[in-house]
Amino acid sequence: METRRGRRVAFAAAVATAVALGVSACGGGSSASGNTQVTWWINPDGGGSDPEGGGQVQLAKECTDKADGAYTIDFQQLPNSASDQRQQLLRRLASSDEGVDIMSIDPVFVAEFAEAGFLAEVPTDLKSEFTEGVVPPAVTNANWKDTMYAAPFWANTQLLWYRKSVAKEAGLDMSKPVTWDQLIEAAKKTDSQIGVQASRYEGYMVWINALVEGAGEHIVQNPGAPGEELEFGLDTEGGKEAAAVIQKLADAKVGGPALGSTDETTSLDMFQNEQAGFMLNWPYVYAALKGAEVDWIDDLAWTRYPQTVQGEESKPPLGGIEMGVNAASDDKDAAWDAVACLTSAESQKTYMLGTGNPAARTEVYDDSEIREQFPMADQIRNSLADSGPRPLTQYYGDVSSGIQRVYSPPGSVDPDTTPQRAESLLQAVLKGDALL
Amino acid sequence: MSASTPTQERAKGAKARLSDRSRSEQRLGWKLAMPAFVVMVLVTGYPILQAVWNSFFAYRLTDPDNRHFVGLNNYLVSLTDQVFWSAMWMTILVTVITVVVELVLGFIIALTMHRIVMPRRTLRTLVLIPYSIITVVSGFTWLYAFSTGTGFVNQWIQWMPGIDASYNWFGGFWSSLFVISLSEIWKTTPFMSLLLLAGLAQVDTSMEEAAKVDGASWLQTLIKVILPSMKAAVMVALLFRTLDAFRIFDNIFIMTGGANDTSSLSMLIYRQTIDRTEIGLGSALSVILFLCVLVIAAVFVKAFKVDLAEGRG
Repeated sequence: METRRGRRVAFAAAVATAVALGVSACGGGSSASGNTQVTWWINPDGGGSDPEGGGQVQLAKECTDKADGAYTIDFQQLPNSASDQRQQLLRRLASSDEGVDIMSIDPVFVAEFAEAGFLAEVPTDLKSEFTEGVVPPAVTNANWKDTMYAAPFWANTQLLWYRKSVAKEAGLDMSKPVTWDQLIEAAKKTDSQIGVQASRYEGYMVWINALVEGAGEHIVQNPGAPGEELEFGLDTEGGKEAAAVIQKLADAKVGGPALGSTDETTSLDMFQNEQAGFMLNWPYVYAALKGAEVDWIDDLAWTRYPQTVQGEESKPPLGGIEMGVNAASDDKDAAWDAVACLTSAESQKTYMLGTGNPAARTEVYDDSEIREQFPMADQIRNSLADSGPRPLTQYYGDVSSGIQRVYSPPGSVDPDTTPQRAESLLQAVLKGDALL
Repeated sequence: MSASTPTQERAKGAKARLSDRSRSEQRLGWKLAMPAFVVMVLVTGYPILQAVWNSFFAYRLTDPDNRHFVGLNNYLVSLTDQVFWSAMWMTILVTVITVVVELVLGFIIALTMHRIVMPRRTLRTLVLIPYSIITVVSGFTWLYAFSTGTGFVNQWIQWMPGIDASYNWFGGFWSSLFVISLSEIWKTTPFMSLLLLAGLAQVDTSMEEAAKVDGASWLQTLIKVILPSMKAAVMVALLFRTLDAFRIFDNIFIMTGGANDTSSLSMLIYRQTIDRTEIGLGSALSVILFLCVLVIAAVFVKAFKVDLAEGRG
């Protein structure tokens, strides 16, 4: 009898422990002290997981302190690449995972998440706070079908980085807008390279989109349309101009020794090692080059993204991070309050100084500390304002993968056939008639 | 109608008792096996059936309300797409190349380990090192070794025509296939050699000695005595490695991501199911891969059985 009773007690204790552990492991909800804990799924950044590293983890700590007990921001880290981040978030959101409250989302995936019903709408009283003084393309990316689903956190753009001596040798006047054709000729003339991103990954899509936008076209003509009704602007005059730039660069062999394998890091390596005299890349490279203590840092300069078509303003790429709240979160109010703190001008300044990632709020660029650390601050702000966002569609992943496939390797791109092949493939894929 | 004799009655009684006992044992057997059976059905059977069921639907994770029955359309789309056949071609190529090379290299290593007496344990440990490394890690190692500009391989083999530090191994199908296969072979040959070593241990040494006495050369002994004696081991090694190679994923995912038509069937499934969240299409492809593996296994098992029968004969 004693043994049986003992077993019962042990069993009850085990069940109680398991339940208690299960409840605590669920995350979120209110803690014993009455505080609401919200979990923020962050993308990896230069700050790491150090609460004083200047990254998202530091912001989480600072906003928790400011909340004065109203909420606590915990964090979980997503994988490195944007597509891996999307996959992990999608799986969690599709299963209504309440352990996700706030998410750092690549802007191109807001439409897909919102269309699936995974994102909570921005509360009316916070809309103006999230939009006023924010660069307009970042706000555009936060909306889907006239509803705001996210708050712009930081916004990224690409600049044309170059070495003054190489540009001078090539006879380029960098005070005026330059075209891709001029750049290619300059690289050929100076026996130099141009650092671009043309490996089969999202970075290549960023380049293709910027070229198409720069030619006055949009890859997706009717954002928001159902898959089978999507229309594309690749097989157009502008789309062909864009493909022609890739073809010229590949034919001239000025894209580095392995153009089809280049990403941001390899481009930076080429530039840093003086193989490349020109490079299209995000602003983080400035801090990276300074950190590497390159001996030619005084020769470094930057200007606006090159024109696809002479005389037509370029549309620099747009990146960054939007912040969304899970529709299945139990603590949406606290989550939005936390987002308001995390995306405030003060937070964005801290983040820009800590990681080099540019703020989405324009006022940050007037800050003296920022101007000292980022001598190209005005160029970044202007580029952000004039940037050309990637297609807004709930099928962005398919569109991007399809284009990457047909346009790879860059040496195979032909303006007469590649855009048309890409459109045909995308139409077949979105109708469910082809694999990707 | 003749009455039964006492002996017959006793026999009947014993048979009935035996039958009762047998039934009781059978019931006990079922009871004991039931938990494992239930777990098997839940863990293995349910996902397979669910995948088969899903394959008949158009179903996207991000559009769950639009799930609808499409019959065999997902299979039709898969089997009529050039991308599928390209992936099938890559899968078959990798499987054939790696398994054949691994078999030859594995046999040479096994034979060496079998003959060497002294540092046998050390040798086996050394040979096993590549197999103990996680595929992802070995994939990255080979990726960096063959990286354009920075990889050491190009620095070493610049004497070869067309090769310099800027040679891009991952820029084309055949060169990518070469590096992917090399990584697979490097990692899995030790496994093959261990299986073959076990087979070598089964070879009757007296037959080898008899062959020598009869004047057979080393090669004749190998072909006529050793190899036929270890057919079963070779078959098991081939079966394991063929099934494994046919599902290749990690090395391709890391090295090329499927670029330049290097996608395997597993990569294709990953792209449809995880990247695109097209559950229906991905399930159809998974079922196709499952059937391919089933056919390969059936062929090998049949060959294996024949081999055993021949061995007994």
